[in-house]
Amino acid sequence: MTVLTYRKAVAHGIAQEMRRDERVVFLGEDVAAAGGVFKTTAGLLEEFGPLRVRDTPISEQAILGAAMGAAMTGLRPIAEIMYSDFFAVCWDLVANEISKSRYMSDGQVSFPLVIQCGNGAGLRFGAQHSQSIENWAMAIPGLKVVAPATARDVVGLMAAAVRDNDPVIFFNHKALYSSKEEIPDLDGEIVEELGRAVVRREGEDATIVALAAMVPKALEAAERLHAERGLDCAVIDVRSLVPLDTPTILGHASRTGRLFTVEENPRLCGWGAEIVSLATEECWDALTGAPVRITTPHIPLPSADALEDLAIPSVERIVTTIGAAMGA
Amino acid sequence: MSVDTSAAFAPLTGPVSGDVSEETALSLYRTMSTARKFEKRAYDLFLQNLVKGTTHLGIGQEAVAAGVAAAMRPDDYSFITYRGHNHLVARGTPLAPLMAELLGRDNGLMHGKGGSMHLIDAERGILGSYAIIGAQLVIANGAAWSAQYRGTEQVTVCFFGDGATNIGAFHEALNFAVIWNLPVVFVCENNLYMEYTRIDSVTAVQNPAADRASAYNLDSVVIDGNDPDEVYLTASAAIARARAGGGPALIEAVTYRHGGHSRADPAKYRDPGEVRAWMEKDPMITYRERLIGRGFDPAELDAVDAEIVTEIDAATEEAKGGAWPDLSRLYTNVWSDGGHAWRTEPRADQAAQQKEGLAP
Ligand SMILES: Cc1ncc(C[n+]2csc(CCOP(=O)(O)OP(=O)(O)O)c2C)c(N)n1
Repeated sequence: MTVLTYRKAVAHGIAQEMRRDERVVFLGEDVAAAGGVFKTTAGLLEEFGPLRVRDTPISEQAILGAAMGAAMTGLRPIAEIMYSDFFAVCWDLVANEISKSRYMSDGQVSFPLVIQCGNGAGLRFGAQHSQSIENWAMAIPGLKVVAPATARDVVGLMAAAVRDNDPVIFFNHKALYSSKEEIPDLDGEIVEELGRAVVRREGEDATIVALAAMVPKALEAAERLHAERGLDCAVIDVRSLVPLDTPTILGHASRTGRLFTVEENPRLCGWGAEIVSLATEECWDALTGAPVRITTPHIPLPSADALEDLAIPSVERIVTTIGAAMGA
Repeated sequence: MSVDTSAAFAPLTGPVSGDVSEETALSLYRTMSTARKFEKRAYDLFLQNLVKGTTHLGIGQEAVAAGVAAAMRPDDYSFITYRGHNHLVARGTPLAPLMAELLGRDNGLMHGKGGSMHLIDAERGILGSYAIIGAQLVIANGAAWSAQYRGTEQVTVCFFGDGATNIGAFHEALNFAVIWNLPVVFVCENNLYMEYTRIDSVTAVQNPAADRASAYNLDSVVIDGNDPDEVYLTASAAIARARAGGGPALIEAVTYRHGGHSRADPAKYRDPGEVRAWMEKDPMITYRERLIGRGFDPAELDAVDAEIVTEIDAATEEAKGGAWPDLSRLYTNVWSDGGHAWRTEPRADQAAQQKEGLAP
């Protein structure tokens, strides 16, 4: 029985794929000799050497360009953008090049590459190092978007992402790095499937849909709603926003009749809106009340503890919002 | 990881000049003439509203495309810009699918999904025409890195305009190529203008690409981009060195576009004297004279030209005869599985369970 932190799972997941396939190479700032600014890639350089695990200059465009060119000529690179906020610096590569070239060439070239990053808030880093930007990525046709909530999923979804023949944006959540999970099958190969959500808690009264760092909060809230208000909520960990597991989400929303989404990103155009829109279009008749989104307000994130905690959905806010909506 | 190759490889100190073989000379002539005539035809079709959207012609710049392509191995990679027709012609892309792509037909190179600005011919190593200025420089590095890692001795050549040299990606790419000692040759087609603005009116140095290269310890040369022999010989030297592990180089080829930036731009922003002077340096005219001076029979060159016209006529007819793209293509090749379905459909096991009421 092995207990793994989410932080160590990042390196474990990458290593699993590098051992299996020598076309997998890894590059980014401070990833090799330093083992990552969050120590998420420690040990990779020692095991795979400087030809496969490469430190780069602070050149986000060059990093993603190198990954793209390598992917279209036979490698399967994993590129790291240190903080997801820095995607803004290399947005051309993400929004115009990597995502569109397969379509523009009508399939002459493929882009089997992964861009992983530290995403999300909770570490008091302020507005330029705390964003959850999965909505940016999700809005672009051609990309796949993954955000694991557990250490095991970091490993299994990384495997799925590396083996996928499309570009995958992989959002590791910074606030989860020190979370731990018991992983019985860690010695073997762990491979998950993109586009498959996981039901973390079954429940009959309402469905809570959450992602990444919001998953443990939603689970805690569900336990409290049960204990304090007698509500039995299902919690779905979306894991993959694109492709999106609509059968699981809509199935639960229909069965329970109530749908709540918990998102860390700012409210406007959040992924929860997409899920709510799907549910109202496709299972309106089964819904017994309006779907409700629990989000961060439409603000840049502040740094101070009290302010950041107020901004991000808290267990307390999830409990009171759902409780009030359900009249419990 | 920085690799010091200075001891083993001679620096590229200047343009390489000299005579090329008769066979190479004739092939350079043929390539330039094909590119010129192809683009003139594309322009006619644009004026007839058969080529839609926009085109960026490289008329006047053919010597760069022809000279560099002749120095490349068939499995080398080219990265080009939206002004890219010349480069596909030079690397042997069949003319009919190329023309059909400009016409938006199903028999086009990308079945009408790319158009003039996004030509790609992966089979011949043309890994894309990039319409966002400077993007291809960083991407070319990736192809070069991949070849280096795979040990294939393929060289990547990356073309870009003078305007791209003031974009951040240019600077990131040059530094990156040097520190990773990549087998990449950057070729700036300096036609003196960006869209409608002279490059020297907005740039702090005289040779926008070569002058900056030295800041990154990248060997660079400025050459006459209207002389296909000089382009060919210089590119051959740079490519051979890169292939042998000697690292990247940058060639700034000074040339001129005869027409406007795009579409039907009359290019009135240029000084008539400047235009006249460059027209006299038209590579088609000067190279033809050089070949005749070397003993080629003008009739032989005329025969080459006539053959090319026949070829382009046939390609145009074939392209025009193509059907419009099948409408289903709108949705294909977003994902590698051929589709665009971002929503997961019920899986077989799930659907079966749902039927039995076992799953939600
Ligand atoms: C990032 C970006 N900015 C602006 C443009 C608009 N634009 C298209 S072509 C062009 C001029 C580029 O000039 P140069 O690089 O010298 O290439 P040339 O057209 O002369 O071959 C500009 C500004 C663009 N496509 N991409």
